[in-house]
Amino acid sequence: MSNAWSDRLLGNPRELFAAVFLAMALALYLGTHPSGASTYVLTIWANQATLLALVAMAQFFAVLVRGLDLSVGAIMALCNVVASHLVSGSALELAFGSATVLLVGLACGIVNGVIIVYGRLQPIVATLATAAIYGGIALWVRPTPGGIIDYDLADRMTLDVAGVPVALIIIAGIVLLFWLPLKRTGFGLSLYATGSSEQAAWQSGTPVAAVRIGAFALAGLFAGLAGTYVGFVTTTGDAGIGPNFTLNSIAAIVLGGVALRGGVGSLIGAIIGAFILKTISALMFFSGLPPLAQPFVEGLILALAIAIGGADVLRLRNRLEAFER
Amino acid sequence: MNAPRRLDLDAAMPWLGSIVVVLLGSLVFPTFLSLEYLLTQTQIAAFLGVLAAGAMVVILLGHIDLSVPWTLGWAAIVSTTLAGTGDPLWQAFAIPAALAVGAVIGVINGVGVALFRIPSMVWTLAVNAILLGSSVLFTGGFNPKGEASPLMSLLATGRSFGVPNAFLVWIALSVLLLWLLHRTSLGRYLIAIGHSEKATWLSGVGTTSVTFVAFVIAGLCSALGGVLLAGYANQAYQSMGDPYLMPVIAAVVIGGTSILGGRGSYIGTVGGALFITLLTSILSVMQIGEAFRQIVFGSIIIIMLVVQNLRRRETSR
Repeated sequence: MSNAWSDRLLGNPRELFAAVFLAMALALYLGTHPSGASTYVLTIWANQATLLALVAMAQFFAVLVRGLDLSVGAIMALCNVVASHLVSGSALELAFGSATVLLVGLACGIVNGVIIVYGRLQPIVATLATAAIYGGIALWVRPTPGGIIDYDLADRMTLDVAGVPVALIIIAGIVLLFWLPLKRTGFGLSLYATGSSEQAAWQSGTPVAAVRIGAFALAGLFAGLAGTYVGFVTTTGDAGIGPNFTLNSIAAIVLGGVALRGGVGSLIGAIIGAFILKTISALMFFSGLPPLAQPFVEGLILALAIAIGGADVLRLRNRLEAFER
Repeated sequence: MNAPRRLDLDAAMPWLGSIVVVLLGSLVFPTFLSLEYLLTQTQIAAFLGVLAAGAMVVILLGHIDLSVPWTLGWAAIVSTTLAGTGDPLWQAFAIPAALAVGAVIGVINGVGVALFRIPSMVWTLAVNAILLGSSVLFTGGFNPKGEASPLMSLLATGRSFGVPNAFLVWIALSVLLLWLLHRTSLGRYLIAIGHSEKATWLSGVGTTSVTFVAFVIAGLCSALGGVLLAGYANQAYQSMGDPYLMPVIAAVVIGGTSILGGRGSYIGTVGGALFITLLTSILSVMQIGEAFRQIVFGSIIIIMLVVQNLRRRETSR
């Protein structure tokens, strides 16, 4: 009992490593930013990072049950363009519009889950195809970028309250009010059990099919949240935002210590990974590097961070252990 | 005895699909049945098919290569830059240099996946990001200057005896790959690793070097695809490879290759590339908008995969 806290801290060393890395990168960013560590600087940083963090959360739920969701970016784009039609007007319209947008995300996720579970398709393949469908619908809803999202609401969601960026409050709210309670429920445990070993979970009575559909539904819901938040940041709808977010969400969760083989990692890790990626990009912008060299250095840092995170091959005692991962 | 026959049927699906698509299309536009239209389609399909050939080898191994877009892009940049010098000596090196770039990228992918054992999905993604960044650095963010060499244009757009050269290149590559997959130990090792890397390693196979070879083959195929595309467009341009990543994976998968590795058919991949090209072409000729094209595209892939799976369950009973 005495070392429960150290156990918890070291439970996932990669997550700890990621958190330390993020702290250093953020300190460097705030230290080198020309206008210093003001609320304004922090808010812009937090908004950008939260966009990716929400998609990374979506990806996390899919990966947790040993599935990869290539449609998170497309769902995000679809929800973004739907929001650009519905989230404006009176308070009632705003509430109705936001709820509809999130339902669209949830529905897309459930469709993914049902196709994967009952069509017996590999998640990566099934979502590759549904991504085309959702992306197509998004393009149909809004062929060219445009539309409007309520400015007052967008301001309220992207500025700060008493010096604390609202984006960070949203993230904290998701962790404290959703993730930590969820982990203690039977469903939360089932997510980890199904991801660790679907067969063992099934044999001990876990409703594996329902759990997997639930995980993809959550992925859809969070992708929907991400699409809505993009709307708050840009106040328009754009059907073309998907692909980059899909690929970055995978990089983000891996940086945050989530294992692609399923069953390992936490929502907090996914958030940390996303914040690392965006902090690196932000650092590049003020680094004084020539603009043309920035994407290259960014790619190098990404590869290095992934290599260090994944290189516990150097700690293996036995070559055979490498194959278990 | 069931296994090989089942595999053949999986591989036949996209071929049957191609025939159905052409026949249905010809009801609306009779020209779809003309030889000229079909020959043009084989040329377009060859670009996708060459890329899919490399992707298939890696997927068979149980990995994936997401660096296809910028491997292709760099091969195009290198070949057009060398050809654009106008110096015959440099022009002669355009294609070999592009292929060498592809092989080097394959080695880099192999280092991360085989030596450091980083999941290929993230490592190749990171490599793609580095390639993108370095091309921005190299080209200054503009479309690279340069043009295709005469040989590149000939391979991509020329015809021999009426048959597109690109199609002939694809056939030659296919014969080589079929030999590699079915007549050499490398092919057996690829499938064995796809089934169980641990068991294959314990049986004394150098799984690390096999993984390296697979990624180098993939890099070479992506580079060849880049050379052909640059020859076709007579230039290299920024993010020319991005639209190919998903169709390439789709071509491999609807051809009956399992995304988990260990089971697959190269003939099916060829059919997959043909099917996707024909479907895209016919949907665009019918003037169906981009939005509905994507919806139809996604739906058809899901239907084909589900049908394959249902049939597989029938036969395994």
